[in-house]
Amino acid sequence: MDIARRFAGFALEIAQGFPGTGITALFGPSGCGKSTLLRIIAGLDRGAAGRVVHGDTVWQGPGVFVPPHRRGVGHVFQDTRLFPHLTVRGNLRYADRRARGVPVGYGFDDVVDALDLAPLLARRSGQLSGGERQRVAIGRALLARPRLLLMDEPLAALDTRRKGEILPHIARLPIAFGLPVVYVTHAVEEVTQVCDRIVALAAGRVVATGGVAEVLARLDLAEMQGRFEAGTVLAGRIGAQDAGLHLTRVDLRGGGVIEVPQIGLAAGQAVRLRVRARDVSLALARPAGLSIRNMLDAVVLRIDPDPASAFAEVLLDLGDQHLRARVTRAAVADLALVPGQPVVALVKAVSFDRQALPRGGPG
Amino acid sequence: MTALPDLGPLWLTAQLAAVTTLVLLVLGTPIAWWLARTGARLKPAVEAVTALPLVLPPTVLGFYLLVFLNPTAPLGGWWLAGTGSTLTFSFTGLVVASAVYSLPFMVQPLQAAFEAVGRAPLEAAASLRAGPWDAFCTVATPMALRGYLTAVVLTFAHTVGEFGVVLMVGGNIPGRTKVVSIQIYEAVETIDYATAHALALILLVFSFVVLLGVYTVNRRFPVHVG
Repeated sequence: MDIARRFAGFALEIAQGFPGTGITALFGPSGCGKSTLLRIIAGLDRGAAGRVVHGDTVWQGPGVFVPPHRRGVGHVFQDTRLFPHLTVRGNLRYADRRARGVPVGYGFDDVVDALDLAPLLARRSGQLSGGERQRVAIGRALLARPRLLLMDEPLAALDTRRKGEILPHIARLPIAFGLPVVYVTHAVEEVTQVCDRIVALAAGRVVATGGVAEVLARLDLAEMQGRFEAGTVLAGRIGAQDAGLHLTRVDLRGGGVIEVPQIGLAAGQAVRLRVRARDVSLALARPAGLSIRNMLDAVVLRIDPDPASAFAEVLLDLGDQHLRARVTRAAVADLALVPGQPVVALVKAVSFDRQALPRGGPG
Repeated sequence: MTALPDLGPLWLTAQLAAVTTLVLLVLGTPIAWWLARTGARLKPAVEAVTALPLVLPPTVLGFYLLVFLNPTAPLGGWWLAGTGSTLTFSFTGLVVASAVYSLPFMVQPLQAAFEAVGRAPLEAAASLRAGPWDAFCTVATPMALRGYLTAVVLTFAHTVGEFGVVLMVGGNIPGRTKVVSIQIYEAVETIDYATAHALALILLVFSFVVLLGVYTVNRRFPVHVG
């Protein structure tokens, strides 16, 4: 697609292809144009100039505008938009009935089973919890048999526990139902848990695209994520387990080992670890007598001081992966850090992504 | 006490109100839908026009209707040529006049109901492959059902209660244009207070019951179908 949309004081200019498989995160801070872009793809915003093409079909172009109901684009809204005058079953049937002619290999019961909706069918949307409403909304969108599923911050209104319940369902969608997903969010955890690729937006423009780990590791995204949450995703595989001390060793891709609180997965399973930049400290040599056990040999790639604060962001090379550290500018001066210098990265805390199952295998 | 008053005008009133309500359902729905969704500059003007019957004296409305509906005016003449009957002093003319007079009672509740539905559910319907007409029938209308109930009841009741416009456009022809409000007026004029009492009480009770019903239903029942 190649699109320009102007509002008073805001312009969105995007020329971007989206892959036809997997889950692509449309990622960026509030107000960067993510949701507007999604509405343009869906055909809900007629004010944009430019072209939107899906496969061989022009959805929008000079003299062409395919209305939203003929695009076959599923849309899961943040506020679910379940029909209040229908039951859960009525909402699902509404979509199902209108997709009769679409040749897709799954039926009503498949969707109900996959999202565990059977106990909810007789209820009205007003009698559902936030998480249940969102599961129904996802099921309803699937039953319209879309070619493409758009999800607009579907978990933004939910608490952490409910998010944890729904994320695995979302991660399975592309494989279980054979459709590509564009997933709008500003939450890094959601990206690392379910998405395959990132298209990062800022102020109406694409600022980065690529695999999740690569894009998140890039330092210039620190602003977008916010200093506090900025971090890196490390890919690895489960190694040895220490049941007595409740620890699991994770062998990182490209070398290095991190010990984390026990993970109940079999050895060899792929996992992703999210390390926040503020949880990484630096030393010139392996220190002794320290409670921090995770020490990774690294080489300084780049140092970005933030003149507006006491801190600097240091990008580290671990061999095959990158890691970011947030240290004080004073420490950078004291340690005389320069690019190319070998250091030891000390990792305090690691958040572990439970849903990061082997890529490509069914959930 | 005299004998029971002639109930013909009461029946004619009910017919007039029912037909007027049906006509306004068909005409008022698209107007209300457009008003609820448009951002056009014309919107305030259209809103003002539809609200005019609320504030104009019935004599003003009745006068203009006479001017437009009489057989020498283009509209009245065209109707006479087409149907062989006049619009003035006829039941059809009364329906036209009542529809104009009661328009705001249909449009305003519907507009409020459509505005309350908003765009969001219709966008959701479009994402589920429902075309605009489909979405209107299966999402907007059921969600606006309480607005429809209010609009229908108020339009019917208001038409039953009209007097001035009917008198000017319809006159007082038994069986054709003599509605109950005119019958009461006539009874008072001829000092037949018993008839006036009986008919006035019927209208009073009817109006109260209708309004009580609307307010009760609106408060107690969120309308659900399907």
